[in-house]
Amino acid sequence: MTQTTLPASKMPTPRSNLRNWIGVIPFFLFALLFIFLPSVRLFIGSFTNADGQFTFENVIELFTQKYILDSYLLSIRISAVTALGGGIFGFLLAYSVTVGGLPKSLRSALVTFSGVASNFAGVPLAFAFVATLGRTGFVTAVLKDVFGLNIYDAGFNLYSFMGLSLTYMYFQFPLMVLIMAPALDGLKREWREAAENLGANSMQYWLRIALPILLPSILGAMILLFGNAFGAYATAYALTGGRLPIITIQIGAQVRGDVLHNPNLGNAMAMGMVFIMAISLAGYSWLQGKTERWLR
Amino acid sequence: MNITTRIRKFPFWSWVWFLLGLLYFVMPLLATFEFSLGMERDVIGFKAYQTAFADPEFLETFGYSVFLATMTIIVSIILIVPTAYWIRLRLPEARRTVEFITLLPFVIPAIILVFGLIRVYSSPLNIPFTEVTLIKPLTNFNFGTNVLIVGGYMVLGLPYMYRSVDTGMRTVDVRTLTEAAQSLGASWYVIITRVILPNIRTALLSGALLTFAIVLGEVVLASFLGIPAFGPYLFLLGQHRAYEPAALTFATFLITWAAMGIIQLITGGQGQAAGAH
Repeated sequence: MTQTTLPASKMPTPRSNLRNWIGVIPFFLFALLFIFLPSVRLFIGSFTNADGQFTFENVIELFTQKYILDSYLLSIRISAVTALGGGIFGFLLAYSVTVGGLPKSLRSALVTFSGVASNFAGVPLAFAFVATLGRTGFVTAVLKDVFGLNIYDAGFNLYSFMGLSLTYMYFQFPLMVLIMAPALDGLKREWREAAENLGANSMQYWLRIALPILLPSILGAMILLFGNAFGAYATAYALTGGRLPIITIQIGAQVRGDVLHNPNLGNAMAMGMVFIMAISLAGYSWLQGKTERWLR
Repeated sequence: MNITTRIRKFPFWSWVWFLLGLLYFVMPLLATFEFSLGMERDVIGFKAYQTAFADPEFLETFGYSVFLATMTIIVSIILIVPTAYWIRLRLPEARRTVEFITLLPFVIPAIILVFGLIRVYSSPLNIPFTEVTLIKPLTNFNFGTNVLIVGGYMVLGLPYMYRSVDTGMRTVDVRTLTEAAQSLGASWYVIITRVILPNIRTALLSGALLTFAIVLGEVVLASFLGIPAFGPYLFLLGQHRAYEPAALTFATFLITWAAMGIIQLITGGQGQAAGAH
């Protein structure tokens, strides 16, 4: 600990001096070694050809190789669908336990459950969904035996876009609940009363007052959900074994060395992902700024 | 209150959403549990759990993951607590930079992180412009990969750990505590270990449990760095067994549940979400 090397003589004056930065050197060193160096290496690699010279080839290839572009689009589609679906469902759930009139005790139960579910991902989650909606899964069997509905005959497949989306939803909508529940608490009772005094009905209150106030935080939360699904790898890999070529799985194949020709293309693919994630996060923090005006 | 207003007051749709959500939460767990009990034909029993827990490889990998989680938590605390403390006390102008860095793991998914780590640390560290090797490639020996994976896990847990600690320090007035301790003649080491740490123990515990939940089931970093942790083991087991993975999945869920339950309990519902998906 660097602090021990500094004199403990008197309390600091608020004015900063250069010596104070010594205290944060370990943290910056850590960030340098484990965040910046790896990112910079990938960044440089994506603009380097096999001979070590500067090139745009790798980046251009991202847009011209059909399988890469398709992987990005598939990832974006799956993330957008689950962000939207998880976002709407999560919002309705958060609504039901905050201002929706359910007993208070259900709220903490739901929040705890959401905390668990949003952390329950990867390999265990994939296995759980195979046991639920796989060919011999519990729900599949119940639907067949009790309702006479064979979902696999009806075109459902767990190892497809739809199946993976349903699986992602398991960690998506709980995250929405965790983010939206505090935001919904921020709605002031006075706003509703004022609206009702002016003759607004419930529908008008929600459409003209509550939703516009909540909109930035809803959109912001959905962006987080998007990023959450976009970076997911283990769940998809354990569920589909790489048959659904989302971008993280393509990058995984690059790291393993399954793909032979150009190692720097992998760098460019990774940077493309970071780029999309960075745009999402920028959008999120912009929306955060808008939210804070009302919900504080 | 007459019967019509009572019906109107009954939050019908709220119940519908809530029950639907509950169903979504519970179904996969119920299904996994039900499946895990059916290992022996026509008998409902815990055979799968017995077999899974008795596997020496399970004990090894699980123990290894617990070890990695513990190391990650300890090193994270050693790194983050003094940093957050120092920023609060002496260097508020570094706050924005450090907070920005702690958010970076949201932009860099685990698969990208491990890709970068392998690219950087699979070549030896030389003294610049010479062929003299200071450190051989970290990916080539056991201790090296352990350093890499603990570092990687620290990055994954960084946003949650830092926010947890920083919030903890906001609720106790670290400046006043420090002044009081200094006026009693305490050294910096004593201030951190005997005054600050005990006062933010709730925040530390919730950050630690969250990190534990992330590390325990993590599979991306572990499998690409070739570490014999629980995540890759469970994945491989799923390739050629049916019932034992279900049993372990259910057990993993219970552990996650316990970790989150404790966080909710100690922080009063201010828990956060993380994930290594």
